[in-house]
Amino acid sequence: MTTMTYSSSDRMRRGVSTLMTTLTFLCTLLAVGALLVILFYIAYRGIGSLNFQFLIDRPRPVGEGGGIGNAIVGSLVLLLISSVVGLPLGICVGIYLSEIGRGRIGGAVRFIVDTLTGIPSIVTGVFVYAILVLPMKHFSAMAGGVALALIMIPIVARTTEEMLKLVPHSMREGALALGAPQWRVILGVVVPAAAPGIATGAMLAIARISGETAPLLFTAFGSRFFPESLNEPIASLTVQIYNYAISPYDEWHAQAWAATLVLMTLVLGINIIVRFLTRKKF
Amino acid sequence: MSAVAQNRKLKFAGNNSTWRRVLSPTGNTGDAIFRVLMLFVALLMVGIVVAMVFALATDSMLSIRQFGFGFLTSQRWDPIKGEFGALPFVYGTIASSLIALLISVPFSLGIAIFLVEQAPHYIARPVAFLVELLAAIPSVVYGLWGIFVLAPVLRQYVEPALAKTLGWLPLFSGSITGIGLLTGGIILAIMVTPIISAVVRDVLAAVPGSQREAALALGATKWEMIRVVLVNGAPGIAGAVILGLGRAIGETMAVTMVIGNRPQISWSLFDPSYTIASAIANEFTEATGDLYLSSLVELGLILFLVTFFVNGVARVLVWNVTRKSGGVGRAA
Amino acid sequence: MPVEIAAPKIEVRASTPPPETSGKAKVAVRDLDFFYGRVQALHNISVEIPERIVMAFIGPSGCGKSTFLRTLNRMNDVIPATRVGGQVLIDDHDIYAPGTDVVELRRRVGMVFQKSNPFPKSIFDNVAYGLRINRVTSSNSELAGRVEQALKDAALWNEVKDRLKTSALSLSGGQQQRLCIARALAIRPEVLLMDEPASALDPIATSKIEELIFDLKKQYTIVIVTHNMQQAARVSDTTAFFLLGKLIEVNSTEKMFTAPNEKLTEDYITGRFG
Repeated sequence: MTTMTYSSSDRMRRGVSTLMTTLTFLCTLLAVGALLVILFYIAYRGIGSLNFQFLIDRPRPVGEGGGIGNAIVGSLVLLLISSVVGLPLGICVGIYLSEIGRGRIGGAVRFIVDTLTGIPSIVTGVFVYAILVLPMKHFSAMAGGVALALIMIPIVARTTEEMLKLVPHSMREGALALGAPQWRVILGVVVPAAAPGIATGAMLAIARISGETAPLLFTAFGSRFFPESLNEPIASLTVQIYNYAISPYDEWHAQAWAATLVLMTLVLGINIIVRFLTRKKF
Repeated sequence: MSAVAQNRKLKFAGNNSTWRRVLSPTGNTGDAIFRVLMLFVALLMVGIVVAMVFALATDSMLSIRQFGFGFLTSQRWDPIKGEFGALPFVYGTIASSLIALLISVPFSLGIAIFLVEQAPHYIARPVAFLVELLAAIPSVVYGLWGIFVLAPVLRQYVEPALAKTLGWLPLFSGSITGIGLLTGGIILAIMVTPIISAVVRDVLAAVPGSQREAALALGATKWEMIRVVLVNGAPGIAGAVILGLGRAIGETMAVTMVIGNRPQISWSLFDPSYTIASAIANEFTEATGDLYLSSLVELGLILFLVTFFVNGVARVLVWNVTRKSGGVGRAA
Repeated sequence: MPVEIAAPKIEVRASTPPPETSGKAKVAVRDLDFFYGRVQALHNISVEIPERIVMAFIGPSGCGKSTFLRTLNRMNDVIPATRVGGQVLIDDHDIYAPGTDVVELRRRVGMVFQKSNPFPKSIFDNVAYGLRINRVTSSNSELAGRVEQALKDAALWNEVKDRLKTSALSLSGGQQQRLCIARALAIRPEVLLMDEPASALDPIATSKIEELIFDLKKQYTIVIVTHNMQQAARVSDTTAFFLLGKLIEVNSTEKMFTAPNEKLTEDYITGRFG
């Protein structure tokens, strides 16, 4: 009988196994490293130009400083418009998919929502250009908000549907057995039970939207002034970063990094808060 | 029957109007209204997609009539002369996406395998979160980083090294600027890795533990066991890769900032290129003339149809594999 | 007045006398303790398993039989936070000694699980899997020969010989379980561990598996865990009774089911608890 010590197994198999498991570890290390490198670089490049004046001033010609105040306000306005339009619609679609849609119609709607999720955001921008900007003959904050809402709706619908599906059936049946009509069960029992999950889904969608650039390029377009009405072009952080980045001026490049730092703080902040809220407590 | 009993009987019978019965199985008015409202919203979604296809098709009619099928095969993109052909953009899109997948898929698989099969639970969860954060970084930020960090590194170190060792290949010939197809491909690779690895993670986690135990009990090493898990998850992994492809095809800002935006087809990876999405982003607001605009919209239509098809295939593959474990949890 | 319910008579199949052994046990367990985290699942187990017999472990559910079985091929290693005390000696080698090649151990101590778990490959590839990873042979014909032999040993050959390349998942539950047995047998383990191999099967498939076990013991040492006492009586030569993580009694099957030594054993056999 041979003994069962290391030498008796096929050394090469063991070596291959160790090699591959080391490689997978390195891949993960590389990914995490890439993330940290990018984040730290943003902080490093952006912190220099970041000051209070920068945050409240509007853009000025090269050499005169200026800031991203109007872009921050513009982004907030666009987020507001898109949330007001997109969140209710998205949640309703989510409710439909989870609670009501059955059979062929439900399947078709789910397919449509999946399709919407996969549409590149630039195509959405082209679409909104065609139906809003062309008829109105000018760019507008409304158009930008609508474009962002169209991107937001399928995301919110998906997460809402998932959260609602997690609510145990026993809860629904308990309410029904007490004689509540279905709409009361959904609105009064199921949705409140899933509310925290729906809220975090909404927050993640907002974080996603705040980083979108392409659909704004020809809907909201951009502006060098603080917004005065929803019917005219409006600035946004992302478009401003883009414009500064591709410009030939070093001063604007520096401002692009600072603006990126502001944007990343918002986006990362939301993601980390959501993660904190959804951590498993047991 | 007494009046009380009759009353009770009527109450149970509910409202028997045909409309109410059709609209709501419970026969309750509030339910009927609610269901109609929800159905309306849902059909609104259908309407939006239909409107999208319709608007894109209508506004590209001019270009379609002018160039017909030749649009897809013509290399000429000349706004001055009014000749438009999509081939450079199709090439750029396919090439950059392929490069992205070639780089990203091995890394994504490695990450997913490590997180599911090797890392202990208390490490896997925070690390998975960090990898997913890569997906939260906006495209324009990747573009900014690409212009000022990646491109110089490629120009100064990587591309010269490639040219020196493999320069005899047409792939690595050409002038080195740091901006071009390779840069675009690398940026795309970083952007799709979190998506592919997240879906593959779901797929691998859905493989039953009994498969792993069966392999181990036969004397398999850890890697051999992992291979069994990969075989089990193969359709889902394929779906994840195709999902990543769909994402890469539609990616706009980061690509347009580092790929050079020149409509040319060239063998060299160092040369600038152009994708469909970046062409639209770059030229839309400068488009003079209806034909120019219509050609750009036609590009948008092509992009829409391609991503629609690719994502459809991906979802079929992934949905089939993960539906036992509760469905895909990613709004990709 | 309490009613005495007559215990069902348990048929013991006359066991074939064990072949001449040198007196050394194939598997010797000494003072084995096992912990899931802080919970102790096995208490001070000591038992010797001779060569080429069938030993059955019986006992009520949750009493540690499966846990014990899995310590014999170190399958519990895949569960985090487990701890082992004592020794498990296979051919006088402590398998928990540092430096033990677990991969080699598992090749020589095979396992069949409660629920069949064939790989999503063809029937042939399933049986050949162990042979391929262990590089048993580089010749295709020899590989095919080993696969055929394993399928014959598992009494499955006649049913699948014409469709070896079809998916293993197209087989019935009983056939899949026999396929898993063939897969385990193909690499010619010295000990075969079976964790309730027929519990998920219908009576006809079960009896086929039991016939199989009875035949296999001519070549292999078999340890089988079962909650079905009648099954233990039918197939095994020796039986061990587990209760709450402790080994209460080990005895020849005949004696165990007719005149056990311990009172607890007798109570369990006659159905007074469990």
